[in-house]
Amino acid sequence: MLYLAVSLFALGLIGLLTRRNLIFTLMCIEVMLNASGLAFVAGSYRWGRPDGQIMFLFILAMAAAEVSVGLALFLQFHRRAPELDSDSASRMRG
Amino acid sequence: MLIVFYISAAIAVLATMVAITRRHAVHALLYLIVSLLAVAVVFYVIGAPFLAALELIIYAGAIMVLFLFVVMMLNIGENAMEVETMWLKPTVWAWPAALATFLVAELTYVAFNAGRPAGPMHTFTPKEIGIALFGPYAIGVELASLLLLSGLAGAYHVGRRASREEEQYSAGSDGRRAVSSGEPVRAGSDRTSDAA
Amino acid sequence: MHALLWMIPAFPLASAAILAFFGKRISHRAAAFIGTASIGLSALVAIFMAAGFLRSTPDSHAWVQTLWTWMGVGDFRPEIAFYYDPVALIMTLVITFVGFLIHLYSVEYMRGDEGFSRFFAYMNLFVAAMLILVLANNLLVLYVGWEGVGLCSFLLLGVWYKDPANVRAANKAFLVTRIGDTAFAIGLFLLATHLGTLDIQELMRRATAQWPAGSGIAIAAAALLLGGAVGKSAQLPLQTWLPDAMAGPTPTSALIHAATMVTAGVYLIARTNVLFTLAPPVQFAVALIGGATMLMAAFSAIAQHDIKRVLAYSTMSQIGYMFMALGLGAWSAALFHFMTHAFFKALLFLAAGVVIQAMHHEQDMFRMGGLRFELPLAFWSFIIGGSALAGLPLITAGFFSKDLILWQAWAGPNGNGGFWIAGLLGAMLTSFYTYRLILLVFYGPEEREVSHRPGFCVIIPLVTLCALSIVGGYVDTPPDFGGAPIFSDFLGSVLPALKQFHVGPITELSTALCASASFAIGFGFAYILYAPWRPRTRREDPLLRLWHAGWGVDWLYDRLFVMPFQFLVHRTGSDVIDAIYTGIAKLADSAARALRVTQNGRVRWYATGIAAGFVVLFGIAIFVR
Repeated sequence: MLYLAVSLFALGLIGLLTRRNLIFTLMCIEVMLNASGLAFVAGSYRWGRPDGQIMFLFILAMAAAEVSVGLALFLQFHRRAPELDSDSASRMRG
Repeated sequence: MLIVFYISAAIAVLATMVAITRRHAVHALLYLIVSLLAVAVVFYVIGAPFLAALELIIYAGAIMVLFLFVVMMLNIGENAMEVETMWLKPTVWAWPAALATFLVAELTYVAFNAGRPAGPMHTFTPKEIGIALFGPYAIGVELASLLLLSGLAGAYHVGRRASREEEQYSAGSDGRRAVSSGEPVRAGSDRTSDAA
Repeated sequence: MHALLWMIPAFPLASAAILAFFGKRISHRAAAFIGTASIGLSALVAIFMAAGFLRSTPDSHAWVQTLWTWMGVGDFRPEIAFYYDPVALIMTLVITFVGFLIHLYSVEYMRGDEGFSRFFAYMNLFVAAMLILVLANNLLVLYVGWEGVGLCSFLLLGVWYKDPANVRAANKAFLVTRIGDTAFAIGLFLLATHLGTLDIQELMRRATAQWPAGSGIAIAAAALLLGGAVGKSAQLPLQTWLPDAMAGPTPTSALIHAATMVTAGVYLIARTNVLFTLAPPVQFAVALIGGATMLMAAFSAIAQHDIKRVLAYSTMSQIGYMFMALGLGAWSAALFHFMTHAFFKALLFLAAGVVIQAMHHEQDMFRMGGLRFELPLAFWSFIIGGSALAGLPLITAGFFSKDLILWQAWAGPNGNGGFWIAGLLGAMLTSFYTYRLILLVFYGPEEREVSHRPGFCVIIPLVTLCALSIVGGYVDTPPDFGGAPIFSDFLGSVLPALKQFHVGPITELSTALCASASFAIGFGFAYILYAPWRPRTRREDPLLRLWHAGWGVDWLYDRLFVMPFQFLVHRTGSDVIDAIYTGIAKLADSAARALRVTQNGRVRWYATGIAAGFVVLFGIAIFVR
């Protein structure tokens, strides 16, 4: 089961590093969060304690908050540059 | 039970793989929802029915729907198609894949040395989880509520349409700043993270 | 009583500190008051001490006040101590009194200048350093004062630092005197290591005990001290800085470059006279240097156009007189001439300042003329001061002091006919250039309008100095003339007096007449050449040009030292050692440039970085442990 979590996480990472469109970036972050939550639940399964599941609950709550704020930022970004290229947001370079 | 687990695991991985390679944003999101469903099934199999339900309700039901809302509201999917075609060349996948392979290798190595489950599988009822939440993890609950509150306020503030002066101010300064560049590093190339 | 000795330099030092820290915040009036009052207080204390000293002279003819021990290294324990004997008495009185008058003058002269309080701070610091120099009990404290006056000379020359010419002059003065200071320091090392002490009186005792006369080491030490004196007093070969030092304000020229600092060398040699007596060749060299400089400077003075440069060369020449006297062993005569010179040279400089201010800061004499009705005060100051300088017989102080030196040159035990003739020639030239200056500036047709009349603060010092220039000489009249060598007797208690070669009144009279004659000849020449009815043309024949440039010594030094040095500096400006430092800088720069590539502002790039870093660290964590 951990292999599952690992592979999901890796897939999310690949997606994050590859896609330039911002919405995909956010999506892949969700994938990674989900994968790590899965790892926690796997741990809960292995040791037979509820703590892992509680942790997943918190991760879920956090993901919800993060998504809302992230999408709000996404909205702002969209207003400035309708082509949602994360590479063009490079004013902090140099 | 094990069969169900393996099947849903495979579906999850496959769905995710497809999701990240789609050009159309809505397609990707829908595949992602499928992946989340599969993961929910996995949760149910390993004795966390409550979590399975939660995953479906919150993750697939709320978060993904929120994504879909935004995508459809801004009508992103259609417009981004051509651009995505240009951006997603096969070579783009090279380095991230390599990196991820390393990661997988390491984590697999670690996971390999992890042990088998200790005893018989214990299915956690919502009641048990609730007891745990209100007992030792009460503070976590409070913090989570705080987090959600701040998320709410932040999302409202960040996402709202700026007033007229703010827009003018930011537009003006943006325009000024966009003109003066002259930094040696190229901006916005069509290659990915080329460390080469 | 002598516990008050430390107050004499302390007042100016304290006021210099106050003015340095608070000068910007207090008004100009307050700064002027503090600056002048401190010197005045010093003068009062000096007078008080002098009175006490004269009333109850101690047996050893000296008071010593030790403040504390400066350092203790083995047997070498120099102390901060002050020594008060007749020589120090004379010097402190002159310095504080003339200094006070000059400060009073500066209140008006520097009025409205933006560096006003800075100027007064530097001047006070200078007076403090000079007082430390003359009151020093050991050569180390003397060296502190020595360096202090050098520093203040640099600061004062550069007080108007926004003009690069002033800065260059200040640098030149400091560097040239530094060469002398280095010789002085090496001499100090020599003395300290061989004799084990730098306490002056103790030094003299041990030197006479341990070093035979004419020994190599005595010669070396004396020669090194002479080197220092030569630098500070602007004698050959280190005299080039003094004419350029006229770039500073006129009160500075009056105080430093006429009355006090340049006489520090004279003081040094007089104080360590035992050392020079032990090294007759060096003493002869002193006289020779003095005589040569005297003549050289006098010739240069007659060809100058700038009023202050005439006075500068004149100072050089008069100090040459003093050096000559020292070289002939006439220590008291040299100090007598120092005293009178301080009076009339300060007077001349201050009066020149009045003229310069009146002429809209014009300093070229050939552009002035006919000022004797417009500026009567300056006119009479110049007449009195100039006559004192030239040695107008009997009524001016300069006559008596110069006559004493000439008499010692002729009739003294070390007397030498050559020096006497040189002295007479110098006197004639002195008279010539002095009256040339007066005739050019005050007689003849008026060239320009007068803009500024002197005020109260200027009148008092000038009048006082006039009076002193006249009566200052009466303290020492030759034995058969007035018969009252008070001064020499007074100093003779500490300075070895020359054996009285009693040659009778006839010789005395004739030498005095010769001195007067040379004065008259010089005056006559000046009158013939520069009489009021003659046209004021500048003559340009090569000899005059040579003299105008100070016998070309500047040019020589420039070719010999300055240009090769600058060439070397230029060549080694970017050599291998510099390459190391620039290499390090370039390395840092290129490293920064290389690392800058990683900051491309793209989120994906950063995420890759994080992931890669994690992979590596994780790998290390699990595989290496």
